[in-house]
Amino acid sequence: MSATSPLTSGWRRWLPGARAGVIGVPYLWLLLFFAIPFLIVLKISFAKMAVAMPPYTSIVEYVDNAFTVNLNLGNYTALFTDSQYVVAYLSSIKIAVISTLLTLLIGYPMAYVISRLSPSARNIAMMLVVLPSWTSFLIRVYAWIGILDSNGLINRTLMSMGLIDEPLRILYTPVAAYIGIVYCYLPFMVLPLYANLVKLDNRLLEAAYDLGAKPWQAFLRITLPLSRSGIIAGCMLVMIPAVGEFVIPEMLGGPDTLMIGRVLWGEFFNNRDWPLASAVAIVMLILLLIPIIIFNRSQQRELEGKLA
Amino acid sequence: MPVDAKPEAIALNSEPGYLSIRDLRKEFDGFVAVDDVNLDVRKGEIFALLGGSGSGKSTLLRCLAGFETPTKGTILLDGQPITALPPYERPINMMFQSYALFPHMTVEQNIAFGLKQDGMAKDAIARRVGEMLELVQLQKLGKRKPHQLSGGQQQRVALARSLAKSPKLLLLDEPMGALDKKLRSKMQLELVNIIEQLGVTCVMVTHDQEEAMTMATRIAVMDQGWIQQIGKPDDIYEQPANRFVAGFIGSVNSFEGVIDEDLPEYVTVRTADFPAPIYVGHGITGYEGQPVAFALRPEKVHIAKEEPEGDTNKAFGVVEDIAYFGSHSVYHVRLPSGAKILSNFANMKRWDSDGITWNDEVWVSWDDNDGVVLTS
Amino acid sequence: MSMTRRSSWLGWSILLLGFAFLYLPILLLMVYSFNSSRLATVWAGFSTQWYGELFRDRQLLQAAWISIKIAFWTASASMVIGTMAAMAMTRFKRFPSKTVFGALVTAPLVMPEVIIGLSILLMLVSMGGLFGLPSKGVVAIWIAHVTFTISFVTVVVSSRLQELDRSLEEAAMDLGANRLKVFFLITLPIIAPALLSGWLLAFTLSLDDVVIASFVAGPSSTTLPMKIFASVRMGVSPKINALATLMVLAVSTVAVLGWWISARADKRRQRDMQLALQENG
Repeated sequence: MSATSPLTSGWRRWLPGARAGVIGVPYLWLLLFFAIPFLIVLKISFAKMAVAMPPYTSIVEYVDNAFTVNLNLGNYTALFTDSQYVVAYLSSIKIAVISTLLTLLIGYPMAYVISRLSPSARNIAMMLVVLPSWTSFLIRVYAWIGILDSNGLINRTLMSMGLIDEPLRILYTPVAAYIGIVYCYLPFMVLPLYANLVKLDNRLLEAAYDLGAKPWQAFLRITLPLSRSGIIAGCMLVMIPAVGEFVIPEMLGGPDTLMIGRVLWGEFFNNRDWPLASAVAIVMLILLLIPIIIFNRSQQRELEGKLA
Repeated sequence: MPVDAKPEAIALNSEPGYLSIRDLRKEFDGFVAVDDVNLDVRKGEIFALLGGSGSGKSTLLRCLAGFETPTKGTILLDGQPITALPPYERPINMMFQSYALFPHMTVEQNIAFGLKQDGMAKDAIARRVGEMLELVQLQKLGKRKPHQLSGGQQQRVALARSLAKSPKLLLLDEPMGALDKKLRSKMQLELVNIIEQLGVTCVMVTHDQEEAMTMATRIAVMDQGWIQQIGKPDDIYEQPANRFVAGFIGSVNSFEGVIDEDLPEYVTVRTADFPAPIYVGHGITGYEGQPVAFALRPEKVHIAKEEPEGDTNKAFGVVEDIAYFGSHSVYHVRLPSGAKILSNFANMKRWDSDGITWNDEVWVSWDDNDGVVLTS
Repeated sequence: MSMTRRSSWLGWSILLLGFAFLYLPILLLMVYSFNSSRLATVWAGFSTQWYGELFRDRQLLQAAWISIKIAFWTASASMVIGTMAAMAMTRFKRFPSKTVFGALVTAPLVMPEVIIGLSILLMLVSMGGLFGLPSKGVVAIWIAHVTFTISFVTVVVSSRLQELDRSLEEAAMDLGANRLKVFFLITLPIIAPALLSGWLLAFTLSLDDVVIASFVAGPSSTTLPMKIFASVRMGVSPKINALATLMVLAVSTVAVLGWWISARADKRRQRDMQLALQENG
């Protein structure tokens, strides 16, 4: 039985303005500047590029007392038939998924170890994890250029140690993009994992050991399943934005690193083809819809709190 | 002192009490937490709602405070209907189980909070706060913050804060819940003294029957959302209305049986556990053949090695277990029927408890009017 | 036990490797900001010339100022709106279309920036100057930044709101404060640190954004990240190293200061509670 308090029920008795305002202001803002814009993008994806301000044709025209709707499907046919777009979508998904797995492989052990430290050490450690993200991520990505370059830190160290004769080509390849994505998104993986693991009751593991489980068994059968929601949150927080990443593949990946974020940027800024860019965005959204819903469900439960 | 009406009939006085609850019902998504409760509390009384978890007592209290809106029913305080009033408009104040002291305010600011909401003048507030601090003996600690106080001190601040506005009704939610045992007994009496000194009408909620019996003028025993019995502590203890109340308060020996003879002056109950029918020295409302329970408190059961006189209200058994509590011992006697009967034996002299020991064959007996016949 | 010692060895090395990975680029930037050679890969001697050049670059400083202004207003608006959303999610159990509201609040957390940037630009263009909202410029950047930072503030504040003991708010109502007063007198002071965290988070996110700003920035509203991005694509400039070093130092100072203040306050609290326990209750 959950106790409802007048804090959560009987809201009609609130100053009606106050309640409406508290819900209304964020609701309206997000509706106006987050949700409805998607409809606008959808609408413009059916337009044609035009030399005009704004640079696209209008879809609905009022001519001779009648509305005519011109839907241009050319953008979408281009996306599905032209191989470069299809490849870009698939490549984006591939890069995002691999990066997510790599981030998970690095982030989970870190989160686990930190969660087992003493409370004061934990706080310092988490602060150190989050600190880099408070400095410009653009500049940090830029730093990797210096590290991965043929004359960069890694190559010079390996060559001076005599392990390689010629510099490795890392920069401007997909590998550099992986490194960049993992580097920038690592805190986003560690944070939800840590939040989850730190709540794990140590006594559960002690009970398991007492019953004869070896550490790795206890981990697989108790810790891992219980950290499931943290894993999902972390993976979604990395994978979904990574699909649409622009800056990292642009700065670190070469021409072979095809990502749909770069395609969108290119169509918008270089070709000035707003309608095509819109279509690219819509298809990206559709691809990401299911992961977004999965994330949304688990996050809403977190936000509302575990109600009794 | 006049004898109260029989507790079985939860009789309402013809005029409503200072606090009057009628047909109160609270449902949560189909689950009935408070089931058509009727209650009257007299002015100046300390009234306890006693029950286990899930009995509905806390929900009822929250309805009084205004934190829950009843599904049905009315609440009147001093003649005024308050059922629909929000908590901040009711002349009721509550002392929370967790004390709920505002951590970012000092003791004085905590106590003054309610007075400020009423728009009292600054010097009047200061005076009143001083009075309250004196009442709870915390005069020197006014400038401290809650985390700088011990548990007992926090409780006093919570009490002072809830009394500062001289509410018409004071609500206590498990007042001793957060204290350890020694402090509890001391604070129970102190709390009652303060409340009676001020003459405040008080409704308290507790699951601890000792606390209810010590502190309250009258008790309502609740189970599954409705009131099982209302009465003074000794009435409830000595005259439980049904099996639930008998078992809930203190310990009880209970034997199922059937009414053999039903007469105005006495009743006999035939049971499987005793060879002769039990003789009860007063009449009851019942009929022959009615299945009833006979309830007998352990302290009313005499235990001895020699057979007592008389042919009824006695039995022969073997001491199976002895629980030693220092001041008294509880003997668990196994009867031939297989049932157990408990007998409290005060260790009046040193080493009294050495008298009867395990596996002794003993006689248990009780007086004619010491037990109660329960029809429900 | 050798098992725990081995596993703590493993644990510590994982942690150290992880931190090395996170901090290596930053340390490199800081080191090479003092490099007298242009090349970021060859150390040619200590020099602070790039710091000098940094402070002489009027355009860069201009962009920095614009970014800081935008970040400030973004954080402030976002904190207010995000807190409202947090209150709505945690304190209001039921209201019509709460699931839609919840979706609106959580989706921006994962939405790719290119989509957010494009959609807000197109929205503002379609509004065609309605409410005096330009489709490009500082105000447009502010709108876009507020939109995507609200969710982060909401997450931070609602987690604090959930931990808050409800009985504190109930006690305040019991003592005569209506719900509005309860919020401002009791809830707000207690969750203030979370609000500050949210503000700082929104500030950083706004200061750091290049993709979204690029869509909605006008000719006169180039932000710092946009400038950095442009200059990086043209070639390595050690001024950027100097800038990065300054940012790292600024952020670290604030972070360490904040940690030290809260650690000291915690220690004082603990001491107070001990003293109270020792006294007779």
